[in-house]
Amino acid sequence: MTEFRLNGQSKRVESEPDTPLLYVLRDELQLNGAKYGCGLGQCGACTVLLDGKPVFSCVVPVSVIENREVSTIEGLGTAAQPGPLQRAFIEEQAAQCGYCIPGMMMRAQALLATTRDPTAEQIRRQLQPNLCRCGTQNRIVKAVQRAARYMKGGAA
Amino acid sequence: MRRRRRSRRSGVGWVLLAAAAIAAAWVVWRPSIRTEAVSRGVPFEAELVQRGAELAAIGNCNACHTREGGPAYAGGRPIATPFGTVFSTNITPDAETGIGGWTPAAFTRAMREGVSRDGRHLYPAFPYDHMTRMRQPDIDAVYAFIMTRQPVVATPPDNDLTFPFNLRGLIAFWKLLFLERAAAPANAQQNAEWNRGAYLVEGLGHCGACHTPRNALGAEKRDRAYAGGETEGWVAPALNAESPAAVPWDAERLYRYLRHGFDDRHGLAAGPMAPVVRNLASVPDGDVRAISVYVAAMAGQPNAARSQAASQALARASGANAAPRGTTSTVAASLYAGACAQCHGESGRAPSNPALHLALSSSLRLPVPDNAVRIVRDGVHSPDLGGEPLMPGFANALSDAQLAALLAHLRTAFTEQPAWGDINQSIRRVREHDASALRARQKASQP
Repeated sequence: MTEFRLNGQSKRVESEPDTPLLYVLRDELQLNGAKYGCGLGQCGACTVLLDGKPVFSCVVPVSVIENREVSTIEGLGTAAQPGPLQRAFIEEQAAQCGYCIPGMMMRAQALLATTRDPTAEQIRRQLQPNLCRCGTQNRIVKAVQRAARYMKGGAA
Repeated sequence: MRRRRRSRRSGVGWVLLAAAAIAAAWVVWRPSIRTEAVSRGVPFEAELVQRGAELAAIGNCNACHTREGGPAYAGGRPIATPFGTVFSTNITPDAETGIGGWTPAAFTRAMREGVSRDGRHLYPAFPYDHMTRMRQPDIDAVYAFIMTRQPVVATPPDNDLTFPFNLRGLIAFWKLLFLERAAAPANAQQNAEWNRGAYLVEGLGHCGACHTPRNALGAEKRDRAYAGGETEGWVAPALNAESPAAVPWDAERLYRYLRHGFDDRHGLAAGPMAPVVRNLASVPDGDVRAISVYVAAMAGQPNAARSQAASQALARASGANAAPRGTTSTVAASLYAGACAQCHGESGRAPSNPALHLALSSSLRLPVPDNAVRIVRDGVHSPDLGGEPLMPGFANALSDAQLAALLAHLRTAFTEQPAWGDINQSIRRVREHDASALRARQKASQP
């Protein structure tokens, strides 16, 4: 049994301690935002934040998160009320197949938490570990910059 | 009477003092060599420049003489030493801030004696204790290569060294003690390949600068040559009979590693070895083979015990179902199962994965876990310029305590070596090294 905080709420899960966090999120908690891509910490589709920092949840055993704070894409907003990052990604039409997007957003969220006004270069460097095979990279960069403007309270 | 004797004695004292001062000046003082405008590109033959490029690659010159993200050979990279930080110099042919005004004689003196054109002694962070073994035609070729690079206006930050190491004059005395101006070893008993390797490794290649331990004054311990050193916060493993490799290196394996950056019985060129391999990519095959032959010969033939341990490690590595040797705790074993086993398998490697079998890892067999700390924390990248991630880093996932527990487990599960001493101390050492390297880099990037 593992206790931790998920998107601001206390959680308790029963999975074995060596179960990767991704499986706990998807199978035990039915949070399907984080995606299974490679299962080897290579593609970034499963990225979530642990204490505010990005991790590949497919290679993070759940025992590691005891008493720590996990943030997933579900914590950024809902379909009805998307958060600023989600709104920006929709408005820039930054998704094609969309499989990599939750991971992209979580890693971008970590950047925006420390950098109010990131340059395109900073965004590219931050998102380097996340793969997108459709090729919407340029739109993703624009979306993150748009989200930065929203977060500063600016208009689109 | 007594007074006269005293004055005679003090007279002798003054003479001795003056003699000492003259001797010191003779040791320390070096003349300035006049500058000479080298007209770019004109006086050098393309073939000479090409040979110089290959030699400069073997010398790994760009690794130290280029700062992170900066223009090639323009210097400013911080080199951490136990005595403080030395910033590499601009060796582009800019006349004012680089070495554009240096004559071949000034360049040769710098390589052979560690003296700058203006007569100042150079810190031995520049490995002239090795370069001194270069033959003149090779020095001339490197000169031709350097003088045909793009000149860059750049002045490195001032060195940040503690007293008394900030006094350049003292370097002259260091040289008296430690700079041995001799040719590279030649051995008529060995073939031409070995002799070529000896020349490259002991001279230009300066492998010992990292792989040989240093004494309290920062000089390589000659009686412990290639017994393992330290560089940029990484352990540079021993290349002699003390090599930590699970399977002793041979020339063929070493060649593969140096040529491609990976050998499936030893692992990947990581840390400061990655730029070495990148540079060797442009070096003719024959020279890489010669280096491999000479380095492989350092360890000599493995003894019976070593050979037996090697075949056991290989047997473990080939048997996908072999169980780990044991564990230090169930918590650590579950960390391994959840974080490592996806690629390395329960037994040390998943059958379909090209990851190194952990029973063959040198980092897990070193006397201290510093390299293993870095690999687990920061991951592993391909040593080519793309630097694609091969193994993810776990810095954001694992606490220090979890990292220490995992490393203790890896050591027990996959090697027959005694448990590491204080793993937490290694984690702290790595972190402190990185923090001070970051401060130095920030200093270098300030205009």
